[in-house]
Amino acid sequence: MTVKIYIPKDAAALALGAEKVAKAVAAEIAARGLDAQIVRNGTRGMIWLEPLVEVETAEGRVGYGPVKAADVPSLFDANFLSGGAHPRSLGKVEELPFFAKQTRLTFARCGVIDPLSLDDYRAHGGLRGLEKAVATTPAQIVQTVTDSGLRGRGGAGFPTGIKWKTVHDAVADRKYIVCNADEGDSATFADRMIMEGDPFVLIEGMAIAGIATGATKGFVYIRSEYPHAIATMTRAVEIARRAGILGTTVLGSPNAFDIEIRSGAGAYVCGEETSLLNSLEGKRGVVRAKPPLPAIQGLFGKPTVINNVISLASVPVIMDRGSEFYRDFGMGRSRGTIPVQLAGNVRNGGLFEVAFGITLGELVNEIGGGTASGRPVKAVQVGGPLGAYFPVSLFDTPFDYEAFAGKDGLIGHAGITVFDDTADMLKQARFAMEFCAIESCGKCTPCRIGSTRGVETLDKVAAGIEPQKNLELVADLCNTMKFGSLCALGGFTPYPVMSALTHFPEDFAPRTVAEAAE
Amino acid sequence: MSAGFGVSVSFGGDKVRGNFVPGLFDKLIDSLKWLEGPLLPILHEIQEEFGYVPQESLPVIADALNLSNAEVHGVVTFYHDYRREPAGRHVLKLCQAEACQSMGSEKVADKIKRLLGVGFHETSLDGSVTLEPVYCLGLCACAPAAMLDGEVIGRVDDEAIDEIVAEVRR
Repeated sequence: MTVKIYIPKDAAALALGAEKVAKAVAAEIAARGLDAQIVRNGTRGMIWLEPLVEVETAEGRVGYGPVKAADVPSLFDANFLSGGAHPRSLGKVEELPFFAKQTRLTFARCGVIDPLSLDDYRAHGGLRGLEKAVATTPAQIVQTVTDSGLRGRGGAGFPTGIKWKTVHDAVADRKYIVCNADEGDSATFADRMIMEGDPFVLIEGMAIAGIATGATKGFVYIRSEYPHAIATMTRAVEIARRAGILGTTVLGSPNAFDIEIRSGAGAYVCGEETSLLNSLEGKRGVVRAKPPLPAIQGLFGKPTVINNVISLASVPVIMDRGSEFYRDFGMGRSRGTIPVQLAGNVRNGGLFEVAFGITLGELVNEIGGGTASGRPVKAVQVGGPLGAYFPVSLFDTPFDYEAFAGKDGLIGHAGITVFDDTADMLKQARFAMEFCAIESCGKCTPCRIGSTRGVETLDKVAAGIEPQKNLELVADLCNTMKFGSLCALGGFTPYPVMSALTHFPEDFAPRTVAEAAE
Repeated sequence: MSAGFGVSVSFGGDKVRGNFVPGLFDKLIDSLKWLEGPLLPILHEIQEEFGYVPQESLPVIADALNLSNAEVHGVVTFYHDYRREPAGRHVLKLCQAEACQSMGSEKVADKIKRLLGVGFHETSLDGSVTLEPVYCLGLCACAPAAMLDGEVIGRVDDEAIDEIVAEVRR
């Protein structure tokens, strides 16, 4: 029987040498005349083990990692095609604690299947959500999504069902589904991972959204920094069209729905929904004032659902297993699961899908294993460049939209960047302002001017020029940006700045000459 | 439509850049202008074809899409991706966002700048490489990350830096 060998093609695995490993494995198979087939899967999300090579054995999938091309001949010598022991042996992949502790709903297939095989997708529960959707009414789909408690996973946490209901109720000759795949926040890669590892789940989620709201056209706006995701999604859409999942009759139903893949052009602000719509229309990615809401007047002035990748990719499992099934995970008003991304200076970096309610400390220390450098954790930034820095003293905060807001932070897209004790929080605060200045669309003054003034003022603090007075100025400036900016870029940049200042005041104190010279 | 090329812009005697045959952009624009919101796809395609977005293409695009020159100029200059002049033979992007910062991306950038003799947003004098910062490649769990000519590289250490520099100089 042909043995299946899984070697990920996810960008992170490629960045760690998966292509060379795949070539070496192919060469050994040929040289030894073995009956084996290489499947290029997505990643399981255990990035510190990549490239993670898996072999399908009678007992289940056995893993080896991280594998270098130079390890490959010895893997064959150790008879790894039968699960033989080797210094890189990890045992059964699904029994690894990092994997076994997860609740994989949205990412159930990611890293398991061949991303571009529809047969694989169907065999692992794919399309069951869409099949149910075409068999029911749009209003019922909207109700199911509302009842599931799903909230926008892009960061704002707005209830997805309510957004869909608004578009469903709007009357127009044309409506759109726009998938926001402009995942620009540092520490986040969940969107990329699912697009590269299970693209059909996003297509299925978008098709369900189309049927629910009466939209016939969808766009996936993927940032240009993700060429692998763009390539995989483009091929997946073609395959879905040929299979009748997309097109004039979705799964043979009277519903028409098609998808177009679009590439961003390197502007961070286009992750903001209204600026993304402008970009899709071929304009400068400048933020629009709201109202009107995109659900009423969105793309080309038509009612538009604009959702994050993970929100849309979570819909198929909700339709398939029911709203109660999904809603029963989580805590408070945060229902279901969230793919937490552990990044930066962390020993076990990767994606960990879990029900809401797990604490920040469990995630960083127990799941993530502390820092990669082995030094003590100083701070973690949650939610990307617009998220707050949390000190270790707040590690008992549960992962929940409201709990984070209560600590002057945000979950955002659920990325966690870990910093060890060498981090300089004044420098991090300055970077937040600098990044805002680089990426500001320029439409509103607090963001455009405030960020530049913020950099200048923090530079004065660093230089020891009237630090007390200038820090008061920074706080005042942050207040203006928070309440006066048009969108989250200017409005949330104060989170990293003020949290750094509040929790790490010692880093903002006048520095001795010796430290300054470092 | 090919007459749209009629602007003769002189680029300080740079022959290569003045060498656009009239009608060169039209086929490419015509193949995409039926899209909803075609401007970004057209600009991407032009950059893919020429390595940058030539000034000469802007009036042709404006004409084809019934936009003003100013509107097209405004869009080209808004986005970080569009180049106004050709890049070096290699393009090296170094991630400088937070997750990479936590793993020493600044030191990596300093070393590479020193070894290649270029700063960010610069092309080396021999035209071998253009160096750019990038704010997140989505490789945050294997930081610091880089991208050389579209190939992703994770955990950029001294050994990887040597390989990158060797590749660029080849």
